Amino acid sequence: MVRYEGKTVVSLNINGEVRQVMVRPSDLLLDVLREQLGLTAAKPGCKNGDCGACTMVIDGWPTKSCLVLAVEAENHVILTLEGLGGRAAVQQAFVDANAFQCGYCTSGFLMVCHALKKQHPVLPEEHVMEEWLQSNICRCTSYQEIRNAVKIIYERDQSRI
Amino acid sequence: MIPFDFIYCRPSTLKEALDAYRQLQSEGKNPVYYAGGSEIITLCRAGEIRPGGVIDLKNIPECKALALDERALHIGSVCTLNQIKESKLFNLLRLACGRIADHTNQCRITLGGNLCGSIIYRETSLPLLISEAELTLFGPEGERRIAFDKVFKGRMELQPGELVLQIHIPSWALKARHYHVKKTQNEKIDYPLVSLAALWKENRLRIAVSGLCSHPFRSDQMEAVLNNRALSRDVRSKEAAAMLPLSPLSDRAGSGEYCRFVFQNTLHTLLEEMENGKI
Ligand SMILES: Cc1cc2nc3c(=O)[nH]c(=O)nc-3n(C[C@H](O)[C@H](O)[C@H](O)COP(=O)(O)OP(=O)(O)OC[C@H]3O[C@@H](n4cnc5c(N)ncnc54)[C@H](O)[C@@H]3O)c2cc1C
Ligand code: FES
Ligand code: FES
Repeated sequence: MVRYEGKTVVSLNINGEVRQVMVRPSDLLLDVLREQLGLTAAKPGCKNGDCGACTMVIDGWPTKSCLVLAVEAENHVILTLEGLGGRAAVQQAFVDANAFQCGYCTSGFLMVCHALKKQHPVLPEEHVMEEWLQSNICRCTSYQEIRNAVKIIYERDQSRI
Repeated sequence: MIPFDFIYCRPSTLKEALDAYRQLQSEGKNPVYYAGGSEIITLCRAGEIRPGGVIDLKNIPECKALALDERALHIGSVCTLNQIKESKLFNLLRLACGRIADHTNQCRITLGGNLCGSIIYRETSLPLLISEAELTLFGPEGERRIAFDKVFKGRMELQPGELVLQIHIPSWALKARHYHVKKTQNEKIDYPLVSLAALWKENRLRIAVSGLCSHPFRSDQMEAVLNNRALSRDVRSKEAAAMLPLSPLSDRAGSGEYCRFVFQNTLHTLLEEMENGKI
């Protein structure tokens, strides 16, 4: 059985690399990645599970990292926006669709869209897309542009076949 | 951040979980079982709870199971709402899970956590209250299998140190005629004003409700009225809405009388759709 008390070094599999961090068991994954590893794409917003700015992909599913302990993430595969590399299809689609204004929500939305495309490689029904996107809030109300970006991701994929 | 320390344990067996509970208890740590963690983290951060130890159940194979046999569907307590939805094995529960929080949170919130949590809505209890579901519990006294409604009285009544291991739904209920509706004040994703699950067994309607009172409930009295076809739909929905077991909540979602009014209309629509063959 794993038992952690006080500060402990744990290994996390992040963006294809194993990284070591020194954490208290009550430290949140979001804070640890931002403060110890400089992975600042995931943003603190509400820190309450509501806004989605802190979303990462864990084992293929979107996850609000403000509601995850860093110690829990051991033995799981974590992907942050930095892991997409900057020129991923979802990122290009957001640029082309002007799917952001201030950009604070963007990394969270990108991770949701990335996971959506992985879990639903073929364009899902409208209500599925809506359900996934509703997990995140954009204070600048770029919702329509974000939705257009998702459609672009699928259209480009289709045109490559 | 969470402004205090706790001990984190991740057992791989039920025995280890119980040993961890006993050990932390003997150290005066006031431990809690930890599943999706969304409520525990939120309450710790807000300073509303201060456990000295958390015992993560997500690595225990029996708690992760999701299996169907000829008698029942067996769902491990740490299965997430999203896993239950994706499995498509019990549509009424799928519908209830699909309206709790948002999709990303559904990938994290567990069935056991929703049932055992302190947030009053516990919307996954509704399908279980009307489907003759059972629970397997594990604790200091060993393992016991018990009818869901014997332990869930609006909230879970577990023994100290006891945990929910699995939830079992009999196979007849998986295919039974059903209905689900959740009404919120404004936004689609919100706590319920009224959340209602309905299931028919031998042509008799059963309902369970959340959001309206301080905890979810099922009422025999209400069901007797709703099933009395000698009365008109107007009378049945009005009389049933007058039979709330507790006074309706008057909170941010609406006044008590407004909530009762919404409930009455919800019942009316349910009866109408049922009698017009739409359900
Ligand atoms: C953003 C957000 C929106 C929400 N919206 C809704 C909603 O619309 N409707 C609704 O019904 N709920 C809603 N909730 C509440 C949520 O379902 C509960 O907070 C639930 O407890 C979270 O589940 P979890 O697995 O994360 O639980 P945890 O935080 O891990 O645990 C919650 C409690 O349950 C206990 N527990 C967990 N698993 C077990 C087990 N197997 N045996 C014994 N005890 C156990 C823990 O000790 C703790 O006391 C929402 C929560 C959030 C964060
Ligand atoms: S910061 Fe995590 S959901 Fe808002
Ligand atoms: S672009 Fe500003 S919050 Fe979304």
